[in-house]
Amino acid sequence: MPHPETWLRVTPAGLWCEPGDFFVDPTRAVARAVITHAHADHARPGHEAVLATAETLALMRARLGEGRAGRRQQPLRPGEVVVQNGVRLWLRPAGHVLGSAQVCLEWRGSRVVVSGDYKRAPDPTCAPFEAERCDVFVTEATFGLPVFRHPEPEREIARLLASVALFPERTHLVGCYALGKCQRLIALLRRAGWQAPIWLHETLLAACRTYEALGVPLGDLRPVTAARRAALRGAIVLAPPGAAAERWAERLSDPVIALASGWMRVRHHARARGVELPLVVSDHADWDELNATIDETGAPEVWIMHGRDDALAHALGRRGIRGRALHRVGRGAGEADAAPGPAEDAAA
Amino acid sequence: MSLPAFAALLERLAFTPGRDGRIALLGRWFAEQPDPERGLGLAALTGALPFAPARPALLHELAAARLDPVLLALCRDYVGDLAETVALAWPRRAGGDAPPPALSAVAEGLARTPGAELPALVAGWLDALDAEGRLALLGLVAGGLRAGVSGRLARLALAAWSGRPVEAIEEVWHGVAPPYRPLFRWLEGGGERPDPGEAPVFRPLMLAHPLAEGDLAALRPEEWRAEWKWDGLRVQLCAGPGGRRIWRRDGEDISAAFPEIVAAMDFHATLDGELLALRDGGEAAPFADLQRRLNRRTAGPKLRRDCPVGVRLYDLLFDGAQDLRALPFDARRARLEAWIARVRPARMDLSPQIAFASVAQLAALRAGARDPAIEGLMLKRADSPYVAGRVKGLWWKWKRAPRAVDAVLMYAGRGGAGAPGGFGDCTFGLWRPDGRGGEELVPVGKAHPGGTDEERLWLERWIRAHTVARFGPVREVEKALVLEVAFDAVQRSARHKAGVVLRAPRILRVRRDKPAEEADRLEALLALAGDGAAPAGTAAD
Ligand SMILES: [Zn+2]
Ligand SMILES: [Zn+2]
Repeated sequence: MPHPETWLRVTPAGLWCEPGDFFVDPTRAVARAVITHAHADHARPGHEAVLATAETLALMRARLGEGRAGRRQQPLRPGEVVVQNGVRLWLRPAGHVLGSAQVCLEWRGSRVVVSGDYKRAPDPTCAPFEAERCDVFVTEATFGLPVFRHPEPEREIARLLASVALFPERTHLVGCYALGKCQRLIALLRRAGWQAPIWLHETLLAACRTYEALGVPLGDLRPVTAARRAALRGAIVLAPPGAAAERWAERLSDPVIALASGWMRVRHHARARGVELPLVVSDHADWDELNATIDETGAPEVWIMHGRDDALAHALGRRGIRGRALHRVGRGAGEADAAPGPAEDAAA
Repeated sequence: MSLPAFAALLERLAFTPGRDGRIALLGRWFAEQPDPERGLGLAALTGALPFAPARPALLHELAAARLDPVLLALCRDYVGDLAETVALAWPRRAGGDAPPPALSAVAEGLARTPGAELPALVAGWLDALDAEGRLALLGLVAGGLRAGVSGRLARLALAAWSGRPVEAIEEVWHGVAPPYRPLFRWLEGGGERPDPGEAPVFRPLMLAHPLAEGDLAALRPEEWRAEWKWDGLRVQLCAGPGGRRIWRRDGEDISAAFPEIVAAMDFHATLDGELLALRDGGEAAPFADLQRRLNRRTAGPKLRRDCPVGVRLYDLLFDGAQDLRALPFDARRARLEAWIARVRPARMDLSPQIAFASVAQLAALRAGARDPAIEGLMLKRADSPYVAGRVKGLWWKWKRAPRAVDAVLMYAGRGGAGAPGGFGDCTFGLWRPDGRGGEELVPVGKAHPGGTDEERLWLERWIRAHTVARFGPVREVEKALVLEVAFDAVQRSARHKAGVVLRAPRILRVRRDKPAEEADRLEALLALAGDGAAPAGTAAD
């Protein structure tokens, strides 16, 4: 059985399956791409052929425009298998955002699972993660430090609503990533009983409409630019992180600046962002989830991308699992995804 | 469940800069928490819980016992603060789903448990808490919550929540102890106001209004008494069988910093006066001289010798147990003079009255005052009772003509007194050489914008249009707007980058006519300060 290193290579364009001749989440335009999910750092424009879940393809079209989201789009249902030059390929839900999937690859009995981004906490807007046993698990590690343990999202939503009750005159402006986090927050708010209109920064509207079209109801959403000042008193407004500094925010009534991100767990991040209400809500696996997931896959070897590898590799080593930074795998000095910083919210 | 609730409050306070927001958070705590938790929480926030902080080594021991050293080092490197690192990285223990401790259980445990048993106790609590709760717990254990809740803020919050005047709460505050059950019972209308008995309690101070030109015309000399306004620290001295206290104007207890005054309070009375630094020969010195003493919690023999202090007495509130506050000023003054003659307290003297026959004479006195320890004049109506707060028409303060500088607006923050919703907090600076051949601005103070509504609106708009960066509620603005800023004095301050800070700055007006480059330089301020600034040797340390 060939070691995965011999047929799945790290190249400057991303992970390349040599016998199948396709890339997973390539960083530049390629002939054949398999895309885990629609976030910008995974789904780039201009590929020739794109294989992904139907939801990811729809979200890519909405974000990139019809022409740029792959000349040929091939939807694949989770669990359905395609064979490309002898490589078996199928998708498993990753629980990260709507449509997000792990890419499972098998060649000559050797199996790799590329997780993309994932989380294990339940999310009303997407299918839950399903673990698949494999020989190499390629994991993200955005929150690959033991200090990152996300609390229950319901608890963070309760904190937000308690704050709205305590400061009924103030607008609560919640910074969040446009695709995934935004819709998850809305769905969680609805579940917690918040049926009032939720006001959105215009850059968040498109993804919400696509979610609704794909069967995720989000309730009464309105563009914040259409709101009268009075309507924003005691209201919840969602906007991209940092948008509070923009001119449109002047209309908000003495806003409580909140930010929903896993980075909010650490005080210096929250302080640096000038946040009054940090909400620890993340679409990425936390430390415990990373470790438990790796154990579930049974993989004796783990390639770590998208975050910090040192702590996770150390912890895996202590359990007899070989953890390697993705950029050190194989010959090619590949560019792993840049480690996301809180300035980018890292929700991608 | 009270420790998690307390932790949630602490977390919110840590990120809520505005006073109104903080008061609202505390109010919710008082409203929602049962006794004794709410009172213990209040005491924990204001640093009034009676137990010694644990050894700093305890935290290291706890961390080493439960965390992988490599992971701990990586985490600490990332987070910075060790307590926060341990709180966040503390591993869940299988079967560790004991209920979280109550705040009361933690307070009692920390007060009673011998040091050797502390690690096991604290580890057990950590196992039962979430990250937020662990951080609060470790703060309690280390004796440093750093919640930024002063006693004054706590009393304002109690007042806002209960609807009682803050003065009424001030009067009992120092006579009650955690968990403050009788206080809460009274504030909720379920009991009598707590009787402090013999314990010394703070009586809210009577304050003066600034005198405006218009008020002067209506002033009839025979109905008014004049004294100098001394440039020290307004204090209240309270002594009796229950103890001795020196309080600052905001009700903070500063007794420990002035032991020689406490030693001299060998009487049973409550007095209003000015704490002054004394120069050779016992002459009163300006406020800047006192700064050295105010920066210290306690005062050793050397500091007491190098920087002697005394109290100039203004008023007598209680003679023994007798409350004199309802008496007219003249009657209280007579009692004060008689009291001083009888008791002859060490380190204290009487603030002299200044005779005057006309407003013109008074104006001449004010203009002619050369003593640097004099800030101006105090005018007190002869029949004024001693009432809490700033009641108009009873006492006036008539400060010496202000000094002023033209400074450049640097930052503007939301909130602040007198500017709800607006930019109430304007930080301004002066030019100085930047050491690289250019000029830089250094902040010298902050104040809220004065002037008419129209002027304030103009300034608001200017700030919005010229914001270059935001730090939470604070905006950095283009360095292009000159403000004329009046102030009482210049104080040396090691905490400020400029080395000095303006005392009582007021923004007089916006100088739209003046380009920012022509604003004043820091040297000008130092020169202007003249005798008002502390000599270099007494710089704050
Ligand atoms: Zn990503
Ligand atoms: Zn993503």
